[in-house]
Amino acid sequence: MLSYITKRLLLMAPLLFGITLITFTVIHLTPGSPVEVQTEMSLKASAQARENLKKLYGLDKPLHIQYFDWLKRFVKLDFGKSMIDGRKVTDKIWETIPITLIIDLLSLIIIFIIAIPLGVYSATRQYSLFDKLSTVGVFIGFSMPDFWLALLLLILFGVHLGWLPISGIQSIDVSEMSSMQRFFDWIKHLILPVGITAFGGLASLSRYSRSSMLEVIRQDYVKTAYAKGLKEHEVVFKHALRNALLPIVTILGLSIPGLIGGSVIFEMIFSIPGMGRLFFSSIIARDYPTIMGILTMVAVLTLIGNLIADISYALVDPRIRVKR
Amino acid sequence: MRLAGIIAKRFARNKLSLIGAFTVLLLLIVALFAPFISPFSPTAIDVHNILSPPTKDHFFGTDEIGRDVFSRMIWGSRISLQVGFVAVGIAIFIGIIVGALAGYYGGWVDAILMRFVDIMLTIPTLFLILAVIAVVEPSIYVIMVVIGITSWMGISRLVRAEFLTLKERDFVLSAKSFGASDGRIIIWHVLPNALAPVFVTATFRIAGAILLESGLSFLGMGVQPPDPSWGNILTAGKENIEVAWWLSLYPGIAILIAALSYNLVGEGLRDALDPRLWEAERR
Repeated sequence: MLSYITKRLLLMAPLLFGITLITFTVIHLTPGSPVEVQTEMSLKASAQARENLKKLYGLDKPLHIQYFDWLKRFVKLDFGKSMIDGRKVTDKIWETIPITLIIDLLSLIIIFIIAIPLGVYSATRQYSLFDKLSTVGVFIGFSMPDFWLALLLLILFGVHLGWLPISGIQSIDVSEMSSMQRFFDWIKHLILPVGITAFGGLASLSRYSRSSMLEVIRQDYVKTAYAKGLKEHEVVFKHALRNALLPIVTILGLSIPGLIGGSVIFEMIFSIPGMGRLFFSSIIARDYPTIMGILTMVAVLTLIGNLIADISYALVDPRIRVKR
Repeated sequence: MRLAGIIAKRFARNKLSLIGAFTVLLLLIVALFAPFISPFSPTAIDVHNILSPPTKDHFFGTDEIGRDVFSRMIWGSRISLQVGFVAVGIAIFIGIIVGALAGYYGGWVDAILMRFVDIMLTIPTLFLILAVIAVVEPSIYVIMVVIGITSWMGISRLVRAEFLTLKERDFVLSAKSFGASDGRIIIWHVLPNALAPVFVTATFRIAGAILLESGLSFLGMGVQPPDPSWGNILTAGKENIEVAWWLSLYPGIAILIAALSYNLVGEGLRDALDPRLWEAERR
């Protein structure tokens, strides 16, 4: 088991190297540089001033040199300084990443709690009314422009009914609240963003658990379990469910890029000061160090997610351990 | 032909997919005949009717400069569907090339290409797209290309898997023994047999691309006004949502219906083309 984990960890390094290489190239090859963004407002900025700015940011060097400079700093966990406000990129990311992660984690928990029973129950009652209704519901969730749903719910609950706050993650008067009040204030702010993120992710996971369960139900060992006279719930929970849940573990790792990607839109709608919003404002300003820092962090998170998924998969399924 | 008949019959058995297929067809007709269907020009400004609620002249109301939203949405269907089709076309093209090369040649070609796929799958698509189009003026072509080149990875994995099993089959080996070139075998012998799952995924992907374009528009990074797309009509409506909610409601419903229809068709196709389910029925 230990050698399996070590092997997986070693595989992560070249993958991470590839990811940073590709993102670095993509970002720097697209036209428009931070220098242009910063000087386009002032027509008086001379060519000389632009050159000076370029030199300051190290953008005058050839691309591969710039990449190696970046890589050298990255090994020391230094993403450089933001070109917008000169603050350290690592500081900016550490401020925003917990907010995004908490929202994604809560959504993920809700997704797992609702989607798996939904999918499993649909599978055991294939073609029943419940199965059909949940299938339709899942497909609507799948096809929903979630930012649109967020917008409509925000207007309904935030503006018209006034039940929920419309932006941020805490009220302005939060300093005057008791810790209990603070907690509920926080929950109120998170209901919509977490709920809608979860709704978007629900569809694919419940679909996945349904088809996984359907596959398992047709297996011989399930037939055997029925044949020896076990009750249905015993067959479902003891024999089928465990095996059906195995492949679902891997979905965990795969869903991380999607969740974090979606955070851009939700954090913009709900004015949440998370990593998605930071990424968007960095993109607009062409703040290369911050963009690279965030993309690298997301890649690391995804790789860790994949690793956890693989390890737990190997833990629960001995066949994987032996094969590799 | 007999096979196509069987597949059509199996597809038609799923009522929801059938409804989806009709809606897809309807949307295509609307897009194709937009100039004849739309009651107003999508860019005509009516200064007397600004932010008008839905009336019998303006079915979906008018926007902040008095343009007819119903007409804009009909013309918008052209752009939204075009983005979906072309983006997915690009994704299929890249996905088939990468998947076919990896699956057919195996070895180090496979290893390099599939690690590249792994890398692309680790970068959130939306982040990558935003990084590219934030500075390039996001014209409709840029959007199509960018969505296309960030969504081929799933297709390449499917094609690779099909090629891995197909290349060992007798008909491929016999073609090889006759001295057919690799290119000929890949294109004429293996590829046609590997296309079924590609069609299924492509259908789902069209829904995904339409949703992605609308999401980009929402961030101001999609198809740019005055060209109407469902996404940017919705986004324009967002500014006035408190006084004119209908401006955001109808484009959202259109996106939902279009995406839903393609997803339902995809589901129907998957079931109709899945040989494992054929086996189950024969028993």
